[in-house]
Amino acid sequence: MTARIPHGLRSVAIALLAAVALFVASELLSEYNDLQLATGCYYFAALAGLTLLTGLSGQISLGHGALMAVGAYTTALLIGNEHWPLLGAILAGTAMAALVGLALGAAATRLRGPYLAGATLAFAVGLPALAEKYPGTFGGANGLTIEPPTPPSFLGSEFPLERWEAWVAGIGAVVVLLLAGNLRRSGMGRAFRAIRDDEIAASLCGYSVARVQLTAFVFSAACAGLGGAMLAVVLQLAAPGAFQLQLSLSLLTAIVVGGLGSLAGAAWGAAFLVLLPGWSNDIAHSFSLSTRVSSNLPLAIYGAVLIAVMLAWPTGIQGGVRAASSRLRRMRGRREATGQRGSDPIGRGQGPVASVPGSDAALSNQRGDQES
Amino acid sequence: MTRFIDLTLNGISTGAIYAAVALALVIIWRSTRIVNFAQGGMLMFTTFIASALISAGVGYWLAFVVALASGFVLGAVVERLLMRHVMGKPPLNAVIVAFGLLILLEAVAGMIWGNTPRSFPPAFSIRGYSVGGTRLLFSPNDTFIVLVVLASALLLALLFRRTTLGLRMRAAAFAPEVARLLGVRVGGMLTLGWALASLMGSLAGVLVAPSVFVGPNQFDPILVFGFTAAVMGGLDSPAGAVIGGLLLGLALSYVGGYEGSELVTLAALVILLLVLMVRPQGLFSTPRERRV
Repeated sequence: MTARIPHGLRSVAIALLAAVALFVASELLSEYNDLQLATGCYYFAALAGLTLLTGLSGQISLGHGALMAVGAYTTALLIGNEHWPLLGAILAGTAMAALVGLALGAAATRLRGPYLAGATLAFAVGLPALAEKYPGTFGGANGLTIEPPTPPSFLGSEFPLERWEAWVAGIGAVVVLLLAGNLRRSGMGRAFRAIRDDEIAASLCGYSVARVQLTAFVFSAACAGLGGAMLAVVLQLAAPGAFQLQLSLSLLTAIVVGGLGSLAGAAWGAAFLVLLPGWSNDIAHSFSLSTRVSSNLPLAIYGAVLIAVMLAWPTGIQGGVRAASSRLRRMRGRREATGQRGSDPIGRGQGPVASVPGSDAALSNQRGDQES
Repeated sequence: MTRFIDLTLNGISTGAIYAAVALALVIIWRSTRIVNFAQGGMLMFTTFIASALISAGVGYWLAFVVALASGFVLGAVVERLLMRHVMGKPPLNAVIVAFGLLILLEAVAGMIWGNTPRSFPPAFSIRGYSVGGTRLLFSPNDTFIVLVVLASALLLALLFRRTTLGLRMRAAAFAPEVARLLGVRVGGMLTLGWALASLMGSLAGVLVAPSVFVGPNQFDPILVFGFTAAVMGGLDSPAGAVIGGLLLGLALSYVGGYEGSELVTLAALVILLLVLMVRPQGLFSTPRERRV
């Protein structure tokens, strides 16, 4: 807590660290695990946007899977039909999702709580129907396949495709991490929180509630579109089966289970989405069970884990981690304090006690917002 | 013209099902401020129980009653074991627990009964009435569906408005502290509310099962459309749930009949957005003023 690093610099440092970690991981991992890494990265992009929207600005969305579909289909169409370069197609997919998010978000600013949930749920269910209504453009139920992205020639001809995909998705995830980290700490991020906590008080302070909410929605739609575009590149496919309602629900689930409102929580959520299916499949097949049971066991584990995490750690995995680490710090503080009579048993005024009211520190220490 | 009449009657019959699911969601929302996304899984499970009984040779009506009774019990158990522990936590936690329960129930049903959808007998004949030589798409079974849903909605309304028990339940929902001071067992009332709502959901499950078949995922669309109907009507209004359900059923029936069934979900989105743009709190709930 001494000598605070400027916020912008801090985000850059975190993003750089993440980039280095991803690079090292992609070099060490096998090709299959590189694919998992890529999957985790595109989930993270979508989750980071959603956690800012739901955790910070307080708008629930059950429709982000459909926004991912917008990004994926746009990218697939541009690469497949127009032969756009990879970067351009991904950016266009992101922009398209942001545009759709602008329309949906404009409607969303009038709605609250379950009404917003209902509208976005209908969006998640309704949009994939377009792909089946216009099979000529969107490829119907089979979707659109795109050619696998070719690693640039200077990496050598031996460079594995999965590692290149992990790099592409990793770069996207780091960009989102940087932007979202800065947005959280910016004035706009403060406006998000102010409106989530008290709309009327925030509007009396001069914030335009509708405009701030719309900004949050468009940013998070763009993140979802980027995630969807990278999904299309990694899977080399954009098909309606990938964007069923279950995707939207598991995105919301992942941010809450990971820890709502924090980027670390979004990372936990992405890991949860990537790793849990594999683990539960392994568990299901390690016993000799009838196919009826073993094919349903992973799903049962998923459901049971959701319930258990919510009951055990109401603030998600990140909340549990924070509670554990602060307990550890307190224990260490107490051990050092024993012998010194009359010393502060709580451990030298740690935590948000010393923050100045109204300062950025005080605001960012409010409920649910962990520093990423 | 016969096509229009057919679609209208068909819309009323499916709308009645949506209305029943919407009512189940509204009862729970009013009493505990939780949107029960597990409702689809709960009604699936109780319908499976009825289906298993029928294939074991038990008569239809006994299976029908057992399904409703097990719905009642399941609702109470879910409230006691799970939902009570997430009340007062961040509101999204209840949503995630409900999702978890939905997934768990679907998986367990798949383990016990398999994932292949199976048929379910209707209560009455599904041969349409014939009027003046033409056969309508409306059967005695559809009549039964509409009448049963309307009757149970009326019974619920009577329970909530005319009985002391209903008054206690409403008091427990709207002013738990005061109700507790006046000697109402608030916890018990909440459990009863969940049980009644789940019973209503089970009713919808048994009624819709002949047309959608019984399988772990067969009832997901019913939940989505039931929720859409509840949001359209206003989550605070039981009458809104019934009317929202019927309106949605009619609208989707027309769209499916005239424009093609693949547009039905898209139409539901457009209708819902149109309604919410005009009335952000749904058709029938009074907007609550927001206070600083």
